[in-house]
Amino acid sequence: MFLKKDIVKSIDRDPLRRQIAKRQLRDRLFALAGLGVMAAALLVLLALLGQLAFDGIGRVSWQFLTAYPSRFASQAGILSAWVGTVLVMFLTALTAVPLGLGAAIYLEEYAPKNWLTDLIEINITNLAGVPSIVYGLMALGLLVYEFHLGQSFLTAGLTLAMLILPMVIIATREAIRAVPPQIREAAYALGATKWQTVRDHVVPYSMGGILTGMILALSRAVGETAPLITVGALSFIAFLPHPPLSSEFPFFSFQWLFDPFTVMPIQMFNWISRPQEEFHVNAAAAGVILLLMTLAMNALAITIRARFRRRIHW
Amino acid sequence: MTYVDTKPALKAEAQKLSFYYGGTVQALKSISLGLPDRHATALIGPSGCGKTTYLRCLNRMHDLYPGNRYEGVVLLYPDEVNIVDHAIDPIEIRLRVGMVFQKPNPFPTSIYENVAYGLRIRGAVPRSELDGAVEQALRDAALWPEVKDRLRDLAFNLSGGQQQRLCIARALATGPEMLLFDEPTSALDPTATARIEELVTELKQRITIVIVTHNMQQAARVSDYTAFMYEGELVECDRTEKIFTNPSNKLTEEYVTGRFG
Repeated sequence: MFLKKDIVKSIDRDPLRRQIAKRQLRDRLFALAGLGVMAAALLVLLALLGQLAFDGIGRVSWQFLTAYPSRFASQAGILSAWVGTVLVMFLTALTAVPLGLGAAIYLEEYAPKNWLTDLIEINITNLAGVPSIVYGLMALGLLVYEFHLGQSFLTAGLTLAMLILPMVIIATREAIRAVPPQIREAAYALGATKWQTVRDHVVPYSMGGILTGMILALSRAVGETAPLITVGALSFIAFLPHPPLSSEFPFFSFQWLFDPFTVMPIQMFNWISRPQEEFHVNAAAAGVILLLMTLAMNALAITIRARFRRRIHW
Repeated sequence: MTYVDTKPALKAEAQKLSFYYGGTVQALKSISLGLPDRHATALIGPSGCGKTTYLRCLNRMHDLYPGNRYEGVVLLYPDEVNIVDHAIDPIEIRLRVGMVFQKPNPFPTSIYENVAYGLRIRGAVPRSELDGAVEQALRDAALWPEVKDRLRDLAFNLSGGQQQRLCIARALATGPEMLLFDEPTSALDPTATARIEELVTELKQRITIVIVTHNMQQAARVSDYTAFMYEGELVECDRTEKIFTNPSNKLTEEYVTGRFG
């Protein structure tokens, strides 16, 4: 009896409750602050997008998509710009994807673990952070002056491929690393070679992550302007490149690779630097289209990731 | 190490096998241990005693990670190939010695593809032959009745015990001479464990089985011979009844009676 009284006395509840209430209050304050910061960031972003849409959406029309640039703002369009963007992206993907995939597979599965591999890894990470204008300068010196590829689609595609290659490698390595070692061991224990293990298991099972990384890298490349100005993008092109297919022998042609090019951000840059207000509206409209292209690519990346996640979960 | 009663023919035999992780950490100290043909041998001992390390020497799994080093000889009978010889391609060994892992690790593909994979990598197999081999392997692993109507289903949709039996079927499909089990039931419930043990008891009639286990009752239930390892050394290997009833070594007695480990 005497003992019980003592215990009850020692658990004096009020100070304990007050202390908990105080800590809970701080908890709520932090959550509130976090919400505020997030709202501010979102608002700025929404304001920017809203402004762009408000300015440009009225100008978006079939005519705008199918007309060449013009000195009259109302007749100008983005046909050569969006075709250019699509072709340059195609070349970029065609170059960066196989190179990045190969490099990542080699580094992750084959490379011996030594100082040279470490050095290469560190430098790939660094390359992903190099400002894009530096890639532009390198491409100008190497591709335009040294290899005489001209101020062409080929040069533009290769330049952006160099730019996103480190990102593709890093994303691919992350995806490959997510495949559990037990799966590799299962394949090896059956007598598979390294190549069979990589081809039949590691790459297929990490395809979701690989594709997502590639699309995200491409959606960064789609908005790049600086390196393409450096290698000589034209801002006024009133014609389309040579068609890759023709009705005469040999039915296909690579002439388009060496045609002068422009892309969406260059076209926007050109319009926004003009004094006339009407051209600024054109720039905003082109911005809306470019934004939609990027959003479409990101949506594709999310869809692919979700599809693969549903099938493969470790 | 001697077998008191009739000496069975061996399937594999380690002679003074030592193993080093990363070239420096010695995990096995001069192990000499014979594995009787078409019998089950259990490897028991406290954590870190080297039983899994020894098991993974038998199909050269250690070669997958750099810096590991074997010393000594492991002969694979009847042709007396030295399993741990550097000149022997580990793939050649793995085609003859299969393995089942601690956690079920099916490929995230269909049930059928899981079992067929071992045959596929050995070269083109006609479709009809492949179907037959897959069915036989699934029957041998006592999984066929449960999956025969859904061979195209994802292996991940099976229960843990079914997945482990699928992994056994995958290893059996290529007709291995010896099958290594690395604590195959440690991630399974008692019912699933019982089915795996039953399976092992059946398989040992025609394949040499080596099973690492933490569970001494399991060793007693499924194995004919038991090897007790401690700190990288083989303490004792004998018929299972003898190890559990009348071991020669004091340390073995203390371990099997649960005084440590």
